[in-house]
Amino acid sequence: MKIAIASGKGGTGKTTLSVNLSAYLAEKEEVVLSDLDVEEPNSGLFINARVLHEEDKYKMVPEWKEDQCTLCGICQEVCNFHAVIQLGDMIMVFPELCHGCYACSELCPADTLPMVPKKMGVLRHLRNDKLSFIESRLDIGEEQAVPLIKQSHEYVDEHFQDDILRIYDSPPGTSCPVIEVTRDVDFVILVTEPTPFGLHDLKLAVETMKELKIAFGVVLNRHGIGNDGVLRYCEDEDIPVLAKIPNDRKIAELYSEGKLIYNEVPEVKRELDKIVVYLKTWQEGAQQ
Amino acid sequence: MAGRSAAMKEIVIISGKGGTGKTSLTASFAYLGGADIIVADCDVDAADMHLLMQPDFARGEDFYSGELAKIHPEKCTQCGKCAEICRFDAISVIDGMHTVDPLSCEGCGYCARICPTDTIENVSLNVGKWYISSIKTGSLMVHARLGIGADNSGKLVAKVKNEAKLLAEDKNKEYIIVDGSPGIGCPVVSSLSGANFVVLVTEPSLSGLHDLKRVYELIHKFNIKAGCIINKFDINESITHEIEQFLNDENIVHIANLPYDEDFTEAMTNGKTIVEFSDGPLRELITDSWKTILTNI
Repeated sequence: MKIAIASGKGGTGKTTLSVNLSAYLAEKEEVVLSDLDVEEPNSGLFINARVLHEEDKYKMVPEWKEDQCTLCGICQEVCNFHAVIQLGDMIMVFPELCHGCYACSELCPADTLPMVPKKMGVLRHLRNDKLSFIESRLDIGEEQAVPLIKQSHEYVDEHFQDDILRIYDSPPGTSCPVIEVTRDVDFVILVTEPTPFGLHDLKLAVETMKELKIAFGVVLNRHGIGNDGVLRYCEDEDIPVLAKIPNDRKIAELYSEGKLIYNEVPEVKRELDKIVVYLKTWQEGAQQ
Repeated sequence: MAGRSAAMKEIVIISGKGGTGKTSLTASFAYLGGADIIVADCDVDAADMHLLMQPDFARGEDFYSGELAKIHPEKCTQCGKCAEICRFDAISVIDGMHTVDPLSCEGCGYCARICPTDTIENVSLNVGKWYISSIKTGSLMVHARLGIGADNSGKLVAKVKNEAKLLAEDKNKEYIIVDGSPGIGCPVVSSLSGANFVVLVTEPSLSGLHDLKRVYELIHKFNIKAGCIINKFDINESITHEIEQFLNDENIVHIANLPYDEDFTEAMTNGKTIVEFSDGPLRELITDSWKTILTNI
């Protein structure tokens, strides 16, 4: 089963839930946690594990070879992303804008723009007993998260059997990187908080999941502050609320130190258990 | 008046990590600045400022950005060249017909260019809507809503910022305050371009510190002057010290430390900015922060 942990609003507890749920599940079974919030990957701060492997990740971008160029201008014309520009008698390539479509390179009549690899980030593979952890980290200055997310998916698919439970820590929001994380999963857990911002952004995330036709449920974090708007919305829309994690300063303190919470705060363990029971029941139902 | 646009200052509030109180603080500063400030909500992915600013959505426009390949089945010979060259695996054969998966298509236009029968069209994508609204501070706000699953390439962010600039020039306003996007990717790069001063809102957690350092590296590349507010500083005072040390080393203005205070949530729940809602110490601290920001631009 593939589960993504996502949210519309940032800072609602995606990473907290990802690492605690993964560690809790890994007490009994093999789990792969993949941190796909590649712009700001934080799960690794909470996981003590041994690094098994580390590799640089590359995307392919064109590189101009001056000597063969006839300055015909086709490359500039075919690039929809303004990543290749002709300036006087020079062709300038802006790799951070390049989507790697190969159009300029393959349509160049003089073969003057071969595609070359450019580093965009680093992938690390760690392991602690039954918990495997894959972290992908985008280099500063790289603007596109999607190519790195794709390569992380490929790495996980190559290195783990299909029947191992996978948990993906998603970036916030509802735009392209989130779609890339959630489009092929079985179930999405949307983490929110009981505030007007939380509710507003949850609605956007719900619309996104409905559009993608993916099964989802809500985990309410910091339960006890704010108001009951989120719970009323879930009830009206028939959205399952898998768990309610209490608002507790102790949790914020443990989080700040990069510690796991469920062993210190019994209510959290109980709520994690509810999530596990829900997911297993859901999975059995989905298989029938 | 000559040179007034040069005098206009742009303040961008960002956080790297979500949930640090960025939008609540931006709204408070917008309230304190009142009629002198044009507000721009550039967190178009999770735009929440409007919940505190009571905008009237007086003017709205669709925004188009990027393209999507569309195959016209009646002319298609199913030669398969498009699927062959597509690097995004966006074209597959469904029921014998070459079909574009809109979620995978990047809109590069390569397929349309090489299609031998000119069967593929590039259609412009509606990625959302942007608005100019009157708000309760007596000023104007530019804000937007990104379409579901839309490509947030930063172009909508750039549009919101440009409109805010035009408005500020037109209405002769001194400042623009921008609620920026999270992360380090294209939306935040668009949020930062042209900024005179960046306010980083962080919290004393390992994640907060980690994200602060990453986003600061980006700001440093742009060579923009920056200040920092440490929110919930009392959650972990040892990491607060570590952040203060980092600010000192990097010459970032340390604007304020704000205590953990549920007035942040309470104010939001009441649809108010903190400075309107709270009569506790937060109001004074935020008012002083605003003064510090203005003296440092």
